[in-house]
This record gives sequence, structure tokens and C-alpha cells, in this order.
Amino acid sequence: MAINHVEGKVFPLRRDNVDTDQIIPKQFLKRIERKGFGQYLFYHWRFEDDGKSLRDDFSLDTPQYQDAEVLLGGKNFGCGSSREHAPWALQDYGFKVIIAKSFADIFYNNCLKNGILPIQLEEKTVDALLRNESHVDLYKMEVSLEHQTICDSEGLRVSFEIDPYWKTMLLKGLDEIDLTLHYGKDIEEYEKNYEVSGLGI
Amino acid sequence: MAGKNIVEKIWEKHIVHREKGKPDLLYIDLHLVHEVTSPQAFEGLRLKNREVRRPDLTYATMDHNVPTRERHIIRDEIARLQMDTLKKNCEEFGVTLADIHHPDQGIVHVIGPELGLTQPGKTIVCGDSHTSTHGAFGALAFGIGTSEVEHVLATQTLWQSKPKTLQVEVSGELGFGVTAKDVILNIISTYGVGFGTGYVIEFTGDVIRNLSMEERMTVCNMSIEAGAKAGLISPDETTFAYLDGREYLPKHKSYEKCKDEWRSLTSDEDAAYDHKIEVKGEGIEPHVTWGTNPGMGASISRSVPHPEQYADPSEREGVERALDYMGLEAGMRIEDIEVDYVFIGSCTNSRLSDLRAAAEVVKGHTVKQGVTALVVPGSFKVKKEAEEQGLDTIFKEAGFQWREAGCSMCLAMNDDIVPPGKRCASTSNRNFEGRQGNGSRTHLLSPSMAAAAAVTGKLTDVRKLEKMPVS
Repeated sequence: MAINHVEGKVFPLRRDNVDTDQIIPKQFLKRIERKGFGQYLFYHWRFEDDGKSLRDDFSLDTPQYQDAEVLLGGKNFGCGSSREHAPWALQDYGFKVIIAKSFADIFYNNCLKNGILPIQLEEKTVDALLRNESHVDLYKMEVSLEHQTICDSEGLRVSFEIDPYWKTMLLKGLDEIDLTLHYGKDIEEYEKNYEVSGLGI
Repeated sequence: MAGKNIVEKIWEKHIVHREKGKPDLLYIDLHLVHEVTSPQAFEGLRLKNREVRRPDLTYATMDHNVPTRERHIIRDEIARLQMDTLKKNCEEFGVTLADIHHPDQGIVHVIGPELGLTQPGKTIVCGDSHTSTHGAFGALAFGIGTSEVEHVLATQTLWQSKPKTLQVEVSGELGFGVTAKDVILNIISTYGVGFGTGYVIEFTGDVIRNLSMEERMTVCNMSIEAGAKAGLISPDETTFAYLDGREYLPKHKSYEKCKDEWRSLTSDEDAAYDHKIEVKGEGIEPHVTWGTNPGMGASISRSVPHPEQYADPSEREGVERALDYMGLEAGMRIEDIEVDYVFIGSCTNSRLSDLRAAAEVVKGHTVKQGVTALVVPGSFKVKKEAEEQGLDTIFKEAGFQWREAGCSMCLAMNDDIVPPGKRCASTSNRNFEGRQGNGSRTHLLSPSMAAAAAVTGKLTDVRKLEKMPVS
């Protein structure tokens, strides 16, 4: 799935170490499809134990953040379990860009593989964005992958880094397996050179 | 020129293709598969008419949502569908599977080493973050997402940027009653749950060298809780002795030749690392967590911290939230925390030596009234060996439940669940909110400490229960 220009509302999640168990709890991992996880996103933070009533200490479902496309997080976002159900849930819910002070490695990779743009910024920059968010009712952001820039509705403009390889992959929405299969000869050669034999042979 | 560390040596041996401006294309020697993170990957292959490139380098089992009692009846329809799907996928794509009735079944990170699938120098991946466990053997082993599972199934490779390396040297020796679990929990509490991000950790030093293979697995298992991509230990005679005679060792060459190759992987004396941390074994005490991530922990003799102790506002807020969730008061003694459940199991601590350590504490005692205590062996084989040694009898006589192998209460995907508001002393690896069941409260600790908690009904310094060894 290709991604380049995103313009939308921002949901601030002022918590560090948000783990993938919180993003999508384990009882929803038994599905064998990639779709339909959005309804369970942040399930125990959003809903009371009845699974229906909204909790008043989590604002994702308030009108202010309805249809948000950018998530603004803290340190070590997406830590813990490798479950790709986490980015699937974020994407299915409607998030296209995740900005954080730092990311857990596996989660970061899982975003890239699914056409979600993970952006790591310096702590003070994320804090500045979070401050701007707290000042207004409607806070929006324009993110350009091509130009590697973020402009918020308060006029703050920042640039971000991304590995050029992944930038291209995201911009073009390329199938990574297709790409790798072009290296079939290299893989065969490797297996020959290193005499890769089956397990226990 | 400085020598090379083991990570660099393994990496270089696995490069299929290298090109400027791209990650390296890395060959994968062993792909472990389980029921939860693989269905969408196999479905992806099917949709594109792709094959599994090397089914002979792929090995599957069922662990995450398997029932741990009454195996023949799986009441959870969705879990059953996931297990049936894995079975069907393995048949269709020619992958070896140890299903729930197979004598090799168990937690994927317990059976890999047990079967000798895990070997020094291998690149090992699995759709599970605790794949870092296999690093104990000097393998480069890391968890991947489902898209990467599909990529490895289709190509037996992954695009990977070379990680930085971090040496964690644990010198000196451990005191009485201090275990590998205490070592890794202590390190994560001291340096935080993000200190390993972007790194592969190599654990070195006398304390590490003196650990058994099973203890080394406990340490490497929790590298991911420090955010590290992987954690490993250079192989040595302990490694070779453990692997000798295991089923899946290469048969086309002698064990002596294997050992020679593996010895050459060990980090050079003058190897350089991007960063180094030094820890003294003597300073480590039995450790428990009080909060909602593995870094929120302290020695058993300490008290629950006050949020005001934390200078960083976001950290302070995190501690406040954690204490609220955990139902704990700042300043209370950790040893005054009462538990409702005790879980001995998981890929961190469910091996024979873990069960033996717990049984030694339990022997002659009974589980405190009102406490539900479970022992879930890591594999069918661990269970069998434990039974041969009479450990099951010790546990059952004390009032523990003795179960079949699986991930069980570590993540509560089956019906082994800690109810809301209840507190569990657990030998697993994650104390996240809701990890062991919605509203559950988890305290991570070692198997012997878990056994002590079962006996007293409180978090307890096991050294008070165990007799000092006669020297």
C-alpha cells in the first residue's frame, strides 16, 4: 500500500512504553484474517469491562479526535509482542502516520510493511507538537513523505528522517516479496556456496 | 584492527546480497512457526500462488492458545480454527508440525533448543518477540511480524539493516538464592525497557559463563524486554555439552567439526562494540516487578517507590498509572504484597531446571490457602522428564495444578486466565496491563521466588525459606 501525503486530525497519546498488548489485546489475535482489527484498537483503554461503554479517561472516541489519521506518541512506542495485529488495528481504525519519540524495532518494521509511516522525532520536537495540540480544539497536521516534512495547523514545520530504501518502498507501495524474488539467483547461489542442507540432515 | 564480535561474524556469513543504500539481504537458517502469527502469512502465499522456498528449514508447533488440560476437547472454537488452519497450512506447504498431540510439542522457544534445531551461528526467526531466547546458543535470533514471516516462507531471506552491538558484561558471581531471572530483571530495572533498542546485546562475563544453558535462555529470552533486537551469548563447552546428541544436529558432518566451526564464532578477545554496560553479579538480589512493564521492578527487600522519586514528568506519570493499575500503595514493603495466583511456566522459565528449582522450595510445604497455583511445563518432553523425577508429585501434593505444555497464563490466550483485580506471581516475561487477563496484576519473578510466594501467599524473599547450603 503506497503512502505519501497525509493531511488529517492528530490523536495525542501522552504515554510512554505503549505496548502492543494495549494496542490490540490478545483475545483478538485468534482471527486468521488481516482485516477487522480496528474495532478492537486500544480495547481496554477505550471500553469499560462490558466492552461497550466508553471510558472517560481515554479520548480516542470523542468527536474532537474522530477520524484522526495521525497518532502522536511518546517513548518506546509499540514495545513488547511482535504481533502485526497492532499495526493492522491502527491502520484499520484509520491511522496512516505514527509519530513518536522512539519506537520498538519490530513494531517500526511492521508499520513499514503495511504502508503506515512511522516517524521518529527528537523528544523536544514531539513535546512541542504535543504542546500545540493542547492549545487548540482542532489540531491537524500535514505530512509529506516525499519531502520528509510535517506542518501542523499552528504553523510549526519540522523535517524527519527515514531510510531511503523504506521511503521508496512506501512511496511506491511495492510488494517486498516480488522485489526479493528478483534476487532468486543470489539466493540459489548462497545456498550452493554455503551448502545449506535441511534441518537434521 | 579490532577483532570481530559474534554478531558481526554471523551477519557476514549470511549476506545473500549487499548493495549501497539498501539493507542487506540476509539468509535465514531456521524459521520457527506457530499458530497465532502465521495464518495470514500462509494465506498471502496462497493468494499470490507462491511456495514455501525451504520447508526443510521451517518447523512449526502449536503453543500460544493450546489448552493445558483436557487436550482432546478444544472448547474455544476460534482457537481451534487457528490450530486447524496451521495443520492445514503445514500439510499443504510441506512444513513439519508438532501439533498438540505430538511428543515434540511445546512452547516454540523451548522445543527449538530441546530438539537441537537451535544451533550456534544460525540466523533464526519466528513470528514471536521472544525468539531472542535462542541467542543463548550463540545464534542470531529475533522476532518478526507476520509480513516478514510470509517473506521468509517465500524467500528464506529478510532485508535487514545491520544492528549496532551492545556488550552487557556481568562480572563476579551471584549470591545464594539469586538466579538468571534476577540478573535480567535487575538489568532491565536499572537501565530501562528501551536501553537495547536498535542493538543486539551480547552478554559476557563470569556470571554469564557460569550459567547453565537453561539459565542463559532465561537471560536472552528477556533481551526483547530491554528493546533489543536480539540477545546472545558466545558458545562454549556448556553449549556444546547441551547440544550433544540432539535430534536435529547436522548428520552430514561430525560433531567435532560442528564444534570447531562454532568455536570460531565466539567474539574475539579484542572485539569492539558500539556500547558497553557493566554489571556486578554481587550487587544483584532476588528481584520482583511492582509495575506494568518489566523495567518497573526492585529487589525483594525494597519498598514500592513513590512517584515523586522520579524527576522525569512522563516517567512519574507512568509510575502513578502503574501503581493505580496494580492497586499498590507507594512506600509499602514489597514483601507485604499478597498474591492470589502463582504461575510457573512460559518460554522464560518452564524448563526442567526451572521446575526443579521451584520444587525444591515447595517440597515439604503446601500452597497457602486461597492461592491458585499452576505449573505449566514448557514442552511435552519437559513434562515427561519432570514426571520421571517425581516433580509432579511434589507440586501436586503441595496443592499446585500440574498441566500440559503451552504458553498458558503468560498471555492468557487459552482459558488459563488471572481474573480482574487478582494478583499473580509469575515466572513469565511481561507484566503489561491485562497481559494475564483483563484487569490482572502481574509480578514477574524467578521460579524459586514464585514457589516461595505460593507457600506464603505473599511476595517473599526465597532465601528466608531455603536453607543455606552447607559449604
